[in-house]
Amino acid sequence: MTESLLTKSLTLSYGDFNIIEDLNLSIPLNEITVLIGANGCGKSTLLRSIARLLKPKKGSVLLDGEDIFKLSTKQVAKNLSILPQSPVAPEGLTVLQLVKQGRYPYQSWRQQWTEKDEEIVLSALKATGTEHLQDRPVDELSGGQRQRAWIAMTLAQDTDIILLDEPTTYLDLTHQIDVLDLLFELNQQQKRTIIMVLHDINLACRYADHIITVRDRGVYRQGKPEEIMTTDLVNHVFDLDCQMTTDPIFGTPLCIPYGKGRKI
Amino acid sequence: MKHVKTIRLLQQKISFLIDVQAIKKLTVICILTLAVFFLSASFGDSFINPFKVLQAFFGYGSDFDQLIIIDFRMPRIFMALFAGMALAVAGAVLQGIIKNPLASPDIIGISAGGGAAVVGFLAIFSDSNHSLTVSIEWLPLAGFIGATIVGCIVYLFAWKDGVTPNRLVLIGISVSAFMQAITTMLMIIGPIYQASEANKWITGSVKSSDWDQVQIVVPLIIVLLLITFFITRQLNVQELGDDTASSLGQPVQKTRLYLILLCSSLVASAIAFAGAIGFVGLMAPHIARRIVGSSFGVLIPASAAIGALLVMVADIIGRTAFSPLEVPAGVFTAAIGAPYFIYLLFRNPKK
Amino acid sequence: MILKNNYSKMIALLVGVILLLLSMGISIVYGYANTSIQTTYESFRQFNNSNEHLIIQNVRIPRALIASCVGASLAITGVLMQTLTKNPLASPGILGINAGAGFAVVFAMIFFHISSLQSFAWIAFLGAAIAALSVYGISFSGRDAVTPVKITLAGAAISALFASFTQGLLATNEAELDQVLFWLAGSVQGRKLEILLSVLPYLVIGWIAALIISPKMNILALGDDVARGLGLRLGLMKILVGLIVIFLAGGAVAIAGPIGFIGIVVPHFARKFVGTDHRWLIPMAALLGGILLLLADVAARYIIMPQEVPVGVMTAMIGTPFFIYLARKGGKK
Repeated sequence: MTESLLTKSLTLSYGDFNIIEDLNLSIPLNEITVLIGANGCGKSTLLRSIARLLKPKKGSVLLDGEDIFKLSTKQVAKNLSILPQSPVAPEGLTVLQLVKQGRYPYQSWRQQWTEKDEEIVLSALKATGTEHLQDRPVDELSGGQRQRAWIAMTLAQDTDIILLDEPTTYLDLTHQIDVLDLLFELNQQQKRTIIMVLHDINLACRYADHIITVRDRGVYRQGKPEEIMTTDLVNHVFDLDCQMTTDPIFGTPLCIPYGKGRKI
Repeated sequence: MKHVKTIRLLQQKISFLIDVQAIKKLTVICILTLAVFFLSASFGDSFINPFKVLQAFFGYGSDFDQLIIIDFRMPRIFMALFAGMALAVAGAVLQGIIKNPLASPDIIGISAGGGAAVVGFLAIFSDSNHSLTVSIEWLPLAGFIGATIVGCIVYLFAWKDGVTPNRLVLIGISVSAFMQAITTMLMIIGPIYQASEANKWITGSVKSSDWDQVQIVVPLIIVLLLITFFITRQLNVQELGDDTASSLGQPVQKTRLYLILLCSSLVASAIAFAGAIGFVGLMAPHIARRIVGSSFGVLIPASAAIGALLVMVADIIGRTAFSPLEVPAGVFTAAIGAPYFIYLLFRNPKK
Repeated sequence: MILKNNYSKMIALLVGVILLLLSMGISIVYGYANTSIQTTYESFRQFNNSNEHLIIQNVRIPRALIASCVGASLAITGVLMQTLTKNPLASPGILGINAGAGFAVVFAMIFFHISSLQSFAWIAFLGAAIAALSVYGISFSGRDAVTPVKITLAGAAISALFASFTQGLLATNEAELDQVLFWLAGSVQGRKLEILLSVLPYLVIGWIAALIISPKMNILALGDDVARGLGLRLGLMKILVGLIVIFLAGGAVAIAGPIGFIGIVVPHFARKFVGTDHRWLIPMAALLGGILLLLADVAARYIIMPQEVPVGVMTAMIGTPFFIYLARKGGKK
């Protein structure tokens, strides 16, 4: 079991331009954490760097107290998986072949399909509802099916920590809820740590135990949605005027943006 | 899981998941390759019936058949078989790394490096009477070294905090163009016999293969092919893109270096004796992919078989179609591969 | 490095034009027989039949004009092809232009014993057109739509096919190899102005058409679906691009033989300066292509004087170091 995931004076940059500066952040484990912020604020960059896909300019990401870049990458892969933003599968690769790749960190050339591999791949397919698609090429699926196939691959990696970069992009509302419900269940039943970037503030408030708002090269505020999500915060983080109310069904904060539109 | 079969042996110490359909198709391709291999020994200046070929192959043929088949025909057939396999597999590996349908050992500069080295060799070791000062037997070594060095140069130039597929390709094509420029210049400056000797190598031919050459090159290629076959799962992961591969715990850059080294050595050993046979590295993997699918476990052997098939058939045509004139095998790889490839392109591109 | 505002792009183009003119001057003045700008000027004002004036009027000026036209045309087709196929490796060569032209010339030479540059021009143009049309024919047949990948693969297959035929002919007819090798490497040496003039109408049509469709190329670059959504008539557009490429690259190969490097590389150069907007990219690429070919041609005269190196060799030798530098300098992608 992973015990801690922190960033220590982390500075991230593309070229000379710093995107995140000197950030100390502790990710709560066994919870769902959602990163929100305006476009281009660096939330995806932060997520990528936590998943060691981006080398920090300064500082480090610590997994159980150890620099994630000093650990063997396979070791990290058994603790932490990331689903990148809109990944592309090779032409003609079937869903089963894709999901199977999730088992890579556990395999060697002669052990490519143990009973455990099979069990976990099957349950990943089942959990994402992609069983019936397993023989279809990924590049021929619809956007929602494709995204679920990729999530299945991430699940097959069987890690305590799952990072997802905008997992609901390109999905219709039904499939957005499907995917988030799936992640919610994984968290509830198996206590997996989920860290994701979402664009929809209201869905973020509903599913997240912990929200991290990113602004001005750092974290603006973090905490439970019901404690931190205020009109002021949304105004500051997104430059958006809105009114905060309470979701009539879930009781979580609900953001209603001002703007134009029909009034009845 | 209709089309797949699980294999587990020795308390799961060995376990694989096998795509039955793909394996069936692969078996057919392999049988076809084997058939062409034996048939290939039948054709030539004189036709020897396949039954006698088999006899001769196992040492029971007449002395004359034995001589023709074992001493004259077999070396070039072996060379065609292995050069074809090596080039095709190298192409499949490169396409896995670069994810560009145009990627091939030809476009990334490895073959062009071999060509430049061969022409350079001919130019440097010629005296004023235009005759070679060292044995022509060293020419393959020049090709081998040239291809390997240029493979490394491309990699080094593409390295900047890691090698991205995009940069690898861009550097590859420009180095390739540079090498071709050197080749052309040396061919034009030098005397005509050098140009035609070089042109033969660049076109690619297995005509002058003998058992000595086969003995050097075949074990090398077999080892390289086996290595490739064992690391197909690395290729599967690499092809998912850098982010996903890293996330799955693959040391992406290290793996990429190994794969490129492997690819360079495969190409270098194939073209050293057989010359820069074009087209195989580009098309064989595409053809294979459209037949057996994208999983490298079957894609690599299928590419190998199709590559071998292409070169062997090209060689048969080359030595029989315009007999007594011999046309280099490299001429016909494209001539037979391209139409079939075009056909594949249009026959239900999507199932 | 990419210039942001239109003002600086305008200046870049202006600098390009000045450099082009300068390169043309260098190309006219320097060579085996050095002349001067003044003599050039005089040869127009009062032509005196001297050797110098003859060289300038009959050799140098046609050569400089040809190099700039060919370089510009190849660079433009490179841009068009890379956008059409969405592949940074694409060049007019990918449509089979060079392979088709090369095959036609070698074929005509071996079987019809044709060897004048003038007749090569038309044969090459024909070969290029046939190859490009067959690539298009293949791409447009079949049930599904013409995708970039399909054009690319069909082009690669056709090119390989023609190239292998050419190599086969050469490998079995060694005597012709020496004669045709220089043509196959691409060169602007010894071409008369008439060759350029007879092809020029096609080139001019191609240039103008390329500029006219440049805003639409921006839309095509967004991908087939988006382009269709924005109301672009995709099929028509692709045919139009194909025709322009045949005119320009076919014309270029007819005059100068297959010159490889410019079509692939110059578009990348140009993008580093003016970005991906085709309205700027196409003129910028044209200027850079002309400059590169002119300078390569001058260098080709000096490398092994008094002999000349084919300019196709020189473009690669000069362009490669620059290109490697640019490819490394560019940001992460």
